Amino acid sequence: MSDALLDVRDLKIGATVYPPGEPPREIEIVHGVSFTLEKGKVLGLIGESGAGKSTIGLAAMGYGRGGVELTGGEVWVNGRDILKGGLKGLRKLRGAEVTYVAQSAAAAFNPAKKLMEQVTEAAIHHNRFSKSEAEARAVALFAKLGLPDPETFGNRYPHQVSGGQLQRAMTALALCPQPDLVVFDEPTTALDVTTQIDVLAAIKDAIRDTGVAALYITHDLAVVAQVSDDIMVLRNGDKVEYGPTDQIINAPQEEYTRALVSVRSIEHEEKQPTPEPVLRVSGITARYKGTDFDVLHDVSVDLHPGQTLAVVGESGSGKSTLARVITGLLPPRAGEIEFAGRTLSPALEGRAREDLRELQMIYQMADVAMNPRQTVGTIIGRPLEFYFGLKGAEKRKRVKELLDEIEMGDGFIDRYPAELSGGQKQRVCIARALAAKPRMIICDEVTSALDPLVADGILKLLLDLQKIEGVAYLFITHDLATVRAIADSIAVMYRGKVVRYGPKSQVLSPPFDDYTDLLLSSVPEMKLGWLEEVIAHRKMESAGH
Amino acid sequence: MMRIPFAAAVGLTFTALYFLAAIFAPLLAPYGMAEVVGDVWEPSSAEHWLGTDNIGRDLLTRLIYGGRTTIFIATAATVLSFTTGAILGFLAAVLGGWADQVMSRAVDLLMSIPTLIFALVVLSVMPVTVPMLILVMGLLDSTRVYRLARAVAVDINVMDFVEAARLRGEGRGWVIFREILPNALSPLVAEMGMRFIFMVLFVSTLSFLGLGVQPPSADWGGIVKENKDGIVYGIPAALLPAVAIATLAISVNLVADWVLNRTTSLKGGRG
Amino acid sequence: MGPALKLVAQRIALGLLLLLLVSALIFAGTQILPGDVAQSILGQSATPEALANLRQELGLNDPAITRYFSWLFNALQGDLGTALTNGQDIAQSIGGRMMNTLFLAFWAAVIAVPLAIFLGLLAVRYRDRWPDKLISAVTLASISIPEFLIGYVIMYFIAVRLRWFPSVAMINDSMTLGQKLSAIAMPVMVLTLVVLAHMMRMTRAAILNVMQSAYIETAELKGLNRFQVIFRHAFPNSIAPIVNVVMLNLAYLVVGVVVIEVVFTYPGMGQYLVDHVSKRDVPVVQACGLIFAAVYIGLNMVADIVSILSNPRLRHPK
Repeated sequence: MSDALLDVRDLKIGATVYPPGEPPREIEIVHGVSFTLEKGKVLGLIGESGAGKSTIGLAAMGYGRGGVELTGGEVWVNGRDILKGGLKGLRKLRGAEVTYVAQSAAAAFNPAKKLMEQVTEAAIHHNRFSKSEAEARAVALFAKLGLPDPETFGNRYPHQVSGGQLQRAMTALALCPQPDLVVFDEPTTALDVTTQIDVLAAIKDAIRDTGVAALYITHDLAVVAQVSDDIMVLRNGDKVEYGPTDQIINAPQEEYTRALVSVRSIEHEEKQPTPEPVLRVSGITARYKGTDFDVLHDVSVDLHPGQTLAVVGESGSGKSTLARVITGLLPPRAGEIEFAGRTLSPALEGRAREDLRELQMIYQMADVAMNPRQTVGTIIGRPLEFYFGLKGAEKRKRVKELLDEIEMGDGFIDRYPAELSGGQKQRVCIARALAAKPRMIICDEVTSALDPLVADGILKLLLDLQKIEGVAYLFITHDLATVRAIADSIAVMYRGKVVRYGPKSQVLSPPFDDYTDLLLSSVPEMKLGWLEEVIAHRKMESAGH
Repeated sequence: MMRIPFAAAVGLTFTALYFLAAIFAPLLAPYGMAEVVGDVWEPSSAEHWLGTDNIGRDLLTRLIYGGRTTIFIATAATVLSFTTGAILGFLAAVLGGWADQVMSRAVDLLMSIPTLIFALVVLSVMPVTVPMLILVMGLLDSTRVYRLARAVAVDINVMDFVEAARLRGEGRGWVIFREILPNALSPLVAEMGMRFIFMVLFVSTLSFLGLGVQPPSADWGGIVKENKDGIVYGIPAALLPAVAIATLAISVNLVADWVLNRTTSLKGGRG
Repeated sequence: MGPALKLVAQRIALGLLLLLLVSALIFAGTQILPGDVAQSILGQSATPEALANLRQELGLNDPAITRYFSWLFNALQGDLGTALTNGQDIAQSIGGRMMNTLFLAFWAAVIAVPLAIFLGLLAVRYRDRWPDKLISAVTLASISIPEFLIGYVIMYFIAVRLRWFPSVAMINDSMTLGQKLSAIAMPVMVLTLVVLAHMMRMTRAAILNVMQSAYIETAELKGLNRFQVIFRHAFPNSIAPIVNVVMLNLAYLVVGVVVIEVVFTYPGMGQYLVDHVSKRDVPVVQACGLIFAAVYIGLNMVADIVSILSNPRLRHPK
């Protein structure tokens, strides 16, 4: 018995895994986690992927996704052990006392039904409100969450509204039945950073106004610091640390927590531009075949040898398209690319092998960037063979050297990509690019798909390699923290145009153009009260205009 | 060494047995293929393990030789269908553009006619010989293989590792044979098994309708046709090929399933 | 509704175009060998003058394109030509037979479709447990045996051994509905079994696909019970894929009918076609081929149209 709203005691959760070619196995993914949550408080669950945070969040509703089962421990909600009440008891609880906001609202809504029907469904089903009451509540929630035309919003279908709006609609869905506890499962992870801020503020307001308790699940410590009262740090199904937000952020006890908090504290001294750039992009305008609008407008940037140019922008900014133009996959309509003093042929077909060799690329998803049927040795060895004609023992020796450079041992030569971890896969891709001894490497969101600590490791490695090999990076990313860490110069892109360009110190100092201002201020900082500051700042600005 | 699950092992064994029996038919069959050795529709006995057929030939012999013909034709047709379909499908995926459009639309057109109907139409004017059968069956079915090969190749083609190879400067040959093909093998081999089963069923159906293998050559469908009149009198001779066909089809199916499930999906994890 | 209707119109236009092209293909398919039609009609002992006259009369000296268009033109007006083997008007011979074939196909469909959907639901409900595995095993066995053999197996056990139904499916207009149904009981059984096997796998896959969508989880997390989840959320999204599967398999039924009619000596279009293929009666083959192909194309077209109309993105554009 306890007074807390949610009391989780020694919770154990198991799952079935299906290793290829072997019979299925049962493993434990959460090993005896305990925590409590008071009425009206917000608990942040933070951890990297595989930590078990979503699994625990869903367990608060007695639910296991896929082959996941709650194998031990107790979950007490409002003074009763929900795991002992059977499926019927759980169904009474779900959608009434405890509700859920999914990570991808777009997939979580039924495409065949109007939004109003889905938002009010739980409230009506559990007889908490009549149909008209529930609809009135929904409209009020739409308004509170900042959705356009709250009166008529519910008449739309999911595909007729944007991602950010759907995420808010899902929050409305969760709050409509007046629950005691809402489980927020990475609600802003899939959104652009500028949209994220608005949704985050809307959620925080809604939580505060309705007095509901919440479990806020995310991997982004800066985000969770804005909304929660307490934080629980998870790692591989174990509780690492648990305490008030203030303490976790400003005085973390455990080493792992400290590592998470201090992420992106890489220091990098800005280099001065050299007289001759290794890559000069001039006036590039480009569009995709079969479309009638330009994706890039008159883009011009330089990259200097041994330095890093960070190209920052959100989705739709054209940054990845720029990479495709530079590599020759998308010939531009206008403009030129000069590389190491010579003009590059606009299309891939027209380029000499030396050009191709000196310009390498690393991709965001290392899983699909490597041929799953080739060993690490083959993957790294092929450029050596192809460009330098290395064979046999000579090739093997060079492969070993490269593996050393990426801090992986010889034992990896005969392994397949599927056997490697996310960080290891990306390292192999880096080695593959280095094998060609390039002058420059395009890094296309290479750390975006990795956990923060692993991403940190990759960034450190890239910086070290830059010092040793003198290779230049064109670093494409949407993450400003990464940019601060490794860039020498920065180009900010918005809707196909470069809106701000120059050395890092210059670009990141005021006065800013509107978009860069918006972008920079939207990046959550690991400091309490940051969200309120930004919102206040914005309100002031829009009041002033 | 891979561990083979029980079902697949059984499948492999039976498939191998059938093929061996087909190859070594003359050595295994107790009598000659068209030899009349007994009375009409004798029940099973020591001399005739499965009895005799409608004109007194040993049924076991007929079945063995029938298997040889059926398996031979089905294999040849599968090889034809597969090579044509896979090569064209891959080319369509890699070349893209109008070549892809033209080939795919042509295949769509061919696939709008049910296979059996089209085969009947063509066979009503062509001489019904074994090579003709193989040609008609192989070409008609290559459309399905084309669709699958193209879909698989397109899926792989858009993966970053193929783009990485292209950016390196690798030629088309390398891209097709070293990047795409090794990853396409599993679904393709599994499909080859399914096409083979279809060919066995199809040639049997054609022979049954009188448009496949002509007498006195035996094939499983033909055996049913010859003995079907016995059914009304309670003589189950015509049902024997059913056992043969079913066993072969199920065995190949089990092997194909195993091949398909052995792959990890390209992103790692369960296929 | 705009974009949906536009796509539907496009699909219908495509269907008609396909039909036209297929008719050309069928016509071309029978012209590959320059077999002498006049010779086959008049026999070996015909004089050269008689042959020449007949050729003139039948328009055999015209180029292929002309012959194709005149054949097509006639066919569209209901004149399918005359059979070579017995000189009878094809359209007349087909008329009655087509009704018989439709009768058989109708009853097979009426039984197979609901059964396939029900078994598909069952297989999903008890996924990976014994009902699912049993259904999978039986389906596997059914698709591993050709239809005609399944026909004889059933005929042997039910008609001959058990004597529940006649082994020859003879029907004519003088029978009552009940008598007709008894006559076609076995062909229907076989057809149902065959079509069921294919359809069931697909309905299972279609339903499973819907059940694994994220919005089903959302519905469960609202505390709805099994039935409500399936009825309110899964069902509306399953209609399109299931109708698609049904249409595709009805198209498959068209082909299955041909073989089954031969097995049970049923006086339908399938048997008519097969008989005349061996006799190399080209006009009959062309006519039957065209009709079967048209039905097949039509059913596939309906499948596509249902997919289009039930896609909420097309029905309610932004």
